[in-house]
Amino acid sequence: MRRMNGYLKAGLLLTGFLAALIILGYFWTPYDPTAMAVGPKTDAPSLAHWMGTDNFGRDIFSRVLKGAGMTFAIALSTVAIGAVCGTAVGALTGYFGGVVDDALMRFNDALTAFPSILLALVIISVLGPGSKYNVVLALGIVFIPSFARVTRTAFAALREVNYVKSARLMGAGNGRILAVHILPNTMQVLLPAITIGFNNAVLAEASMSYLGIGVTPPDASLGYMLSEAQSMFTLAPWYAVGTGLVIILLVFGVGLIGEGLQRRGNEVA
Amino acid sequence: MKYAAKRIAMLLVTMVIVSFLAFAAFSMISGNAAEIMLGTQATPERLAALEKELGLDRPLLVRYGAWLAGFFTGDLGISISYKQPVGELIAPKVLVTLCLSVLSFLLIAVLAIPLGVWSARRSGGRLDGVRTAFNQLCMAVPPFFTGILLTWLFSTTLKWFTHGRFPELGTDFLGALKYMLFAAVSLAIPRIAMTVRMLRSTVLEEMQKDYVRTAISRGNDRAGVLYRHVLKNALVPVVTFLAQTMAEIVAGGIVVEQVFAIPGLGRLLVASISNRDYPVVQAIVVILAFWVVLAGTVADLINQRIDPRLRLGGGS
Repeated sequence: MRRMNGYLKAGLLLTGFLAALIILGYFWTPYDPTAMAVGPKTDAPSLAHWMGTDNFGRDIFSRVLKGAGMTFAIALSTVAIGAVCGTAVGALTGYFGGVVDDALMRFNDALTAFPSILLALVIISVLGPGSKYNVVLALGIVFIPSFARVTRTAFAALREVNYVKSARLMGAGNGRILAVHILPNTMQVLLPAITIGFNNAVLAEASMSYLGIGVTPPDASLGYMLSEAQSMFTLAPWYAVGTGLVIILLVFGVGLIGEGLQRRGNEVA
Repeated sequence: MKYAAKRIAMLLVTMVIVSFLAFAAFSMISGNAAEIMLGTQATPERLAALEKELGLDRPLLVRYGAWLAGFFTGDLGISISYKQPVGELIAPKVLVTLCLSVLSFLLIAVLAIPLGVWSARRSGGRLDGVRTAFNQLCMAVPPFFTGILLTWLFSTTLKWFTHGRFPELGTDFLGALKYMLFAAVSLAIPRIAMTVRMLRSTVLEEMQKDYVRTAISRGNDRAGVLYRHVLKNALVPVVTFLAQTMAEIVAGGIVVEQVFAIPGLGRLLVASISNRDYPVVQAIVVILAFWVVLAGTVADLINQRIDPRLRLGGGS
């Protein structure tokens, strides 16, 4: 393991803490997040209700835990789709090159010029709005080109290095070279790309759900909860503040990890 | 000139491809537009009649041609849910979104460039880590959350503007600008942070180059070299980045318009997606896509003015 820097440490600590809370939230929340009147209505944060209660007397901390769980799960699956498919495309085009490479990358460049939210909105309106699976699919597809672009460059650069050549001379097949010899060496660009992708996914999912075309009730994500919170802001401002803070901390933590990874990469290079 | 002509030709080709893809994607699913319009009153005869009226019985390419021509004649079909011509529905909103985007873009350009240079000059200092962390924090703030807070502070508490009562752009332009300023600020914050980070790293990279060492060894001071030589070279990637920012603002505006209840393209787009009003969605998507591609082209043209190497067709 290479040296950790301050950004990486702080980011891992913050993200680890949030992830632990979120995982806890899958199994246990202080109150039932959907049960009404578990406390007084629009109660300010207190020891009994850490983030207060909303108009219906629901416990906001419990709701935020559940909502963050949904956002987290969507972001993770989105990045998984984008990273796996994108890396596959990038590996094949970067390693083999040729006409397919040229054509695909032209197409890719055109796609990456478009803001991810806009593309996701187009895809979701084709797939049909208001389903969490469609959100994952739409965002996953949107993230493929950016991962493909990043990994293609790495695979193309490593195609002709000596250890790859020697593996080829020893009779290793293309599949083995790609997976065993090149892939681990692309982590330096892939890992920061994953952190950026994760943050984009969190923000994009939150935006779409806020707009009412992402995750819809009975499921609740942080974005959907913010739109709910906006309508009761004067009575229960802590609802919006609590929800927003969790989004910010989640993105901030992962952003710090990305910054740390990039700096570590630069030091080595 | 030759470069510009080539770039504009490329812009047109891209636009045709993008608009065709958008058209084809929505045609695949909106074949049942007639069905949505008729709702429960759909009978096979009525359906056929309406399809004929809407021109849905013609082949895809013919319909695409007619639709594309509509962008020049203003005839983009009829909205399914508003029963109004799409052109009429969209025209006033284009202006609103344009104003919001330009306002936000100006904020970003005016604030981010000096901040980025300042941050590069201060790099390696004691507070460098704090500044980087603060930068990351600003990037993490979603514009719609800032929007909710700003609405509460400036509308509910300070009453500087009335949320939900957007002044008519034609009659009260300044009032409308004031209303939009808050939306523009919430859009700008994360993008300013990103631009600062980007400019900082390009300036630092540029400062490592040989010509900087030469200039300094000949007795120029660092600040002079920075402003006279480095900044111009560091600006090329930043211009490209700002073009991307222009695109991101338009996309981010979709959400922020909703937060501030600004009647722009984004709000109409979201409502139309929920209503499955495909003629409207299609038209807005193509307009926004054109905006994105145009921004990229303008950035390339500016860069080729800044960097003569690009004009001669070489790489940078």
